[in-house]
Amino acid sequence: MGTINSIEELDRYRQKLAAAVKPNLPTVLVCFGTGCQANGSRLVAEAFTEVIKEQGLQVNVNLGIKTTGCHGFCENGPLVVLRPQDILYLKVKPEDVPEIVEESVKGGRIVQRLVYQDKVTGEQVAHYNEIPFYKHQLRIALRHIGTIDPTSIDDYILAGGYAGLAKALTMRPEDIITEVERSGLRGRGGAGFPTGTKWRSCAAVQSDVRYVMCNGDEGDPGAFMDRSIMEGDPHAVIEGMIIGAYAVGSHQGYIYVRDEYPLAVRNLSIAIEAAREKGLLGKNILGSGFSFDIKIIRGGGAFVCGESSALMRSVEGNVGEPRAKYIRSVERGLYNKPTVLNNVETWANVPEIILKGADWYASMGTEGSKGTKVFSLVGKVNNTGLVEVPMGISIRELVENIGGGIQGGKKFKAVQTGGPSGGCIPERLADLPIDFDSLTKAGSMMGSGGIIVMDEDTCMVDVAKYFTGFLVEESCGKCTPCRDGLPRMLDLLTDITEGRGTEEHLAMLEELCDLLTWGALCGLGTSAANPVLSTIRYFRDEYEAHIKDKKCPAGVCKALITYSIDPEACTGCRLCAKNCPQTCITGERKKPHVIDVSRCIRCGVCKDVCPYDAVRVS
Amino acid sequence: MTQELSKFDRIIERYERSEESLLAILQDYQREFQYVPEEGMRRLSEVMGVPLSKLYAMATFYKALSLVPRGRHTIKVCTGTACHLKGAPQILETLERELRVKRNGTTEDGEFTLECVNCVGACAMAPVILVDEVYHGQNRPSKVMDIIKKQVGS
Repeated sequence: MGTINSIEELDRYRQKLAAAVKPNLPTVLVCFGTGCQANGSRLVAEAFTEVIKEQGLQVNVNLGIKTTGCHGFCENGPLVVLRPQDILYLKVKPEDVPEIVEESVKGGRIVQRLVYQDKVTGEQVAHYNEIPFYKHQLRIALRHIGTIDPTSIDDYILAGGYAGLAKALTMRPEDIITEVERSGLRGRGGAGFPTGTKWRSCAAVQSDVRYVMCNGDEGDPGAFMDRSIMEGDPHAVIEGMIIGAYAVGSHQGYIYVRDEYPLAVRNLSIAIEAAREKGLLGKNILGSGFSFDIKIIRGGGAFVCGESSALMRSVEGNVGEPRAKYIRSVERGLYNKPTVLNNVETWANVPEIILKGADWYASMGTEGSKGTKVFSLVGKVNNTGLVEVPMGISIRELVENIGGGIQGGKKFKAVQTGGPSGGCIPERLADLPIDFDSLTKAGSMMGSGGIIVMDEDTCMVDVAKYFTGFLVEESCGKCTPCRDGLPRMLDLLTDITEGRGTEEHLAMLEELCDLLTWGALCGLGTSAANPVLSTIRYFRDEYEAHIKDKKCPAGVCKALITYSIDPEACTGCRLCAKNCPQTCITGERKKPHVIDVSRCIRCGVCKDVCPYDAVRVS
Repeated sequence: MTQELSKFDRIIERYERSEESLLAILQDYQREFQYVPEEGMRRLSEVMGVPLSKLYAMATFYKALSLVPRGRHTIKVCTGTACHLKGAPQILETLERELRVKRNGTTEDGEFTLECVNCVGACAMAPVILVDEVYHGQNRPSKVMDIIKKQVGS
């Protein structure tokens, strides 16, 4: 079928697709997200196809295989979901496939060894929505991910896709803006600026040309929800952008995608092409007279390009340097024309808000932060992955209920939110509700939603040094406080972690932080001190241990630690001695071994290979 | 030389004659030649009518671009936050030691380039390395060289 020429035709098309679906047909969903592919999901999918083909001759099993986007539970990949029962199997290998087909697809029974097991209680849970990781989630931005094939526009339309656009096209543009304003949607990329306000300002500027853009330059380390949405539900982003373009009166859109996300570029390109063929992009969309198209721009691997004005300079074919913020991009953005730039997750929310209404969206979340937010829960937590929950959930609920607590029964120390612009929040504040305002008050920020969980083995000074090092490398070099201030901060932090720190180091660090906050040009520069400031604020004792006692309490900072072997625990298996790159571990077979500290380079290989956990760090 | 030029022209022709295309063209150079050759930038400057200095600025600004040839295999060590906490520094040190190359360097035999990348968005599998764009998760210092050898077959 070619172009869809009207809203009615779109409805008829969706009904036609629905009529072709055979109910109760068993479906095997194999996750094809980046994580699962790395764990070999392609081979699993091939095994299913093969087994089904083989058995198709003898038994009449109707089976549809779909390859989906990321389910977010990447640590346990490859993931396989069986429908209609909604059974989730984890870490599936190709050799498990015959058993799954025999037992579950044909027999309706559960293969117990492949289901989720709670790491604390040992309880086994087979059904998708009962697994703690999913049970507490409320999926709006991630609504289709894992259930539709991102390369099939029909799958998206069948799931209700483009219905938000159809409704929007019957509304007046200003009413759409009002609806988005009333929903309370705030930008999901970091700063949390009200989306509706941004649109209204842009629409109010007199201009013949306007642009809408999507920021897919997800640069915060530890956050990957935008990657997941672009890969797993690209049409949601495109639909959101068409609605936004209609509302502000734009005819050209751009999606700026990080260079590190090739699969996102591929799936978005396929989706844009398919939307054009169906008449959902291009001239006279759904017969409404409104025209709009989207172009994809690949980023060049520069963190600063996630900053709005730098991103626009990069799209124009320049070096991506930010400019001073007194010129607002809603007035003069891309090519100096009024521009709306929103983040991937923000755009993906828009169609649902239009379809279900502002009141529905605003009924979720907190006073100042409405709706849901996708978090990437990573670090030292049992269940890592992407989770979408209503705003206002506490850090503790997120870490303990959804994340299943800290790995290895260790002590929960802090979470880091907001990427390099954010800060660390200590465990004692873990009952804090997560929303834009409370995180800022605590000295961190929402950022794009990375929640990095830290345990007792994490050194907070090292974390501050890590982020400062990151920012030194990524500073574009345009303004002095950021270009020259950050390297001085890194020098000071390096001194502290290497045992050369003094009280003055701390004072000087704080002074430089202040300088950055007030003096840097762009949002990335002014927030660059947050990791240092927040760790000094909440973990001053750790800084002092490094400075006064020359000790790293977490056992991370190399210059301040020594490796030794516990003679009680060592069995003399020789594994460490064999693997030591310095050959500085000696001892007889079956007798405790000893590390020659003077030659040890503290590489950690012995600790890594020891099967008896006999290597100590102090 | 003509043959060399047409090599660049083939890439340039894929795109509109607009400055918006510059970054994409430089990235295609990078993919095709494993670096951005000077002659390629000169040709692009000529065709698009932009100063060579601008292209040089871009080639040195964007991390995805390199002015020196990279090795036959590229190993990227993810040094995002989650990977950092879960031992990326030890993975990086192990590779530097075993391959006898510093980060962002290429081995003497031109076999491997070792790079760091700030988060590849696969945090749930931390620590992650990419060997020629193939993801490997949950790495350990003692196993990482075996994974690389197994994939590149040496």
